[in-house]
Amino acid sequence: MNKSRGRSAFLFFSVAPAVILFVIFMIVPTLNVFRMSLFEKGAYTPAETFVGLKNFRTLLADTYFIRSMQNTILLIVAVTIITFGFALVFASILTREKIKGQNFFRVVFYIPNILSVVVISGIFSAVYKPENGMLNSIIGMFRDMTDPILWKGEKLVMVSLVIAMVWQAIGYYMVMYMASISSVPESLYESASLDGAGRIAQFFQITIPLVWTNIRTTLTFFIISTINMAFLFVKAMTSGGPNHASEVTLSYMYSQKDAGLYGYSMSIGVVIFLFSFALSALVNKVTEREPLEF
Amino acid sequence: MSTKKQGGAGNRLYRALIYVLLGLLAVLILVPVGWVFMASIKENSEFYGNPWTLPNGFYWQNFVDAWNAANMGSYMLNSVLVTALSLILLLLIALPASYCLSRFQFKGRKFLNLCFMAGLFINVNYIVVPIFLMLRDGDVWLKKVFGDGFLLNNLIVVAVVYAATALPFTIYLLSGYFQTLAHDYEEAAYIDGAGYRTTMWKIIFPMAKPSIITVILFNFLSFWNEYIISMTLMSSAKGPKTLPVGLLNLMQAQQSAAQYGIMYAGLVLVMLPTLILYICVQNQLTQGMTMGGLKG
Repeated sequence: MNKSRGRSAFLFFSVAPAVILFVIFMIVPTLNVFRMSLFEKGAYTPAETFVGLKNFRTLLADTYFIRSMQNTILLIVAVTIITFGFALVFASILTREKIKGQNFFRVVFYIPNILSVVVISGIFSAVYKPENGMLNSIIGMFRDMTDPILWKGEKLVMVSLVIAMVWQAIGYYMVMYMASISSVPESLYESASLDGAGRIAQFFQITIPLVWTNIRTTLTFFIISTINMAFLFVKAMTSGGPNHASEVTLSYMYSQKDAGLYGYSMSIGVVIFLFSFALSALVNKVTEREPLEF
Repeated sequence: MSTKKQGGAGNRLYRALIYVLLGLLAVLILVPVGWVFMASIKENSEFYGNPWTLPNGFYWQNFVDAWNAANMGSYMLNSVLVTALSLILLLLIALPASYCLSRFQFKGRKFLNLCFMAGLFINVNYIVVPIFLMLRDGDVWLKKVFGDGFLLNNLIVVAVVYAATALPFTIYLLSGYFQTLAHDYEEAAYIDGAGYRTTMWKIIFPMAKPSIITVILFNFLSFWNEYIISMTLMSSAKGPKTLPVGLLNLMQAQQSAAQYGIMYAGLVLVMLPTLILYICVQNQLTQGMTMGGLKG
């Protein structure tokens, strides 16, 4: 009896702090996102008024919001395809071929992942500077630079963001896939090569199918994290500008909070929540395959 | 092995191409980072014209100015405090919780595990606005009752928020490890008369050291580099700031003041600790990553 009471007390005091913090700082705020989206609440109007779905109706007509959704989707698609494509190819090259200095490449490729997004945006502001940035000074050797390329201008700002985000993410995923590709038995490649399958055929018919489970899990999380990383990059690199050209959904949500429109800001929060869940469910469904054993 | 069999000039060309590609990618990563280090010791007048010229000398004044005039010194101290405190809090809370959630059968265990799993999908930045409003309302209430609020612009509160929002990932990672242990360890300890708490601290946690180090590494990087929460919860101009937020302000001020040298010195100050740590532990980090498998 005494022993079981001791057990319960031990369990309670071990688990309770984590549960309390989790509820206060994650569950309650999440519920609040959904609740507050139905209210009109602002920095200058202390009282909350229930307005039903009015915030969402306003959203649908808000061109900046629609722009921010488009930009978010563009970043998700572009950054995911480029990062995963390059990461898989490079990972398979580094694990499959006997490359000298393999460890050196692995260490270098992982560096961007340990830097703060603020630092990365500082680095890229030096890269993208119109007058004497690193990029324009190199292009200037081949092209007349009287009208410098405005990498952060309205036209190119999304491309510049994609480059910076791929630069940041590629090493992390490469190192991850190197681990899973190296677990594929060498004998499979040997017999495939005896059957006359070239490197490209081996990549698509052995490597990709056998690490598919891993690709699938990472893809789901990558998409969720891209929604978030897009915000971090936009906030530090462009603040959504110029002229809202690079606004993403989360940065627009944040700017509405700064404008003091809390209820409206949270209706954007609801959209991004539902969007990210729906998207991960969709990706999960679309990428479903019979798992292969090796 | 297959490479040898195919042999020939085509194969050598292919290998050369691979090295060129890999080298190019390495250059694309190393050059911009190295450039910032180089720029941090340039004088302001050297920033006009060709960006690829080497610095005239070591202009350390940039670092002195960044450290003192731009307050990076005190921001650095704040960052160290917040990161250390949130790591300690996180470990003290997450270790016992993940141990119990993964190795004990009790009512509600499945439900709690499910909740923490779901927490993996909630990104902090989705909920930063309600967290801010909650703390602000708390401050308003505290002001009414005690005459002073302390929830916003407080390093300790930021550390608590960091620890709380890192719980799902940390519990996921640690539980994964605890599940692999055999139950014999505890049984032997209980027979020797050790209680639950002693067993947990003296037997189980020391065994989990590699996982704990992985947890510390990942969370160190994410706490040290974080800026949205810190910026939102410590927005007062006079209040404390962490290093990335201070750097962001410096970068924005630099656009009008054109003090490039100080800005790049600030950049170096923020990334140097993480780079040094990375060089020391890069194996642990890249291997631990595949263990975690994901991150927020």
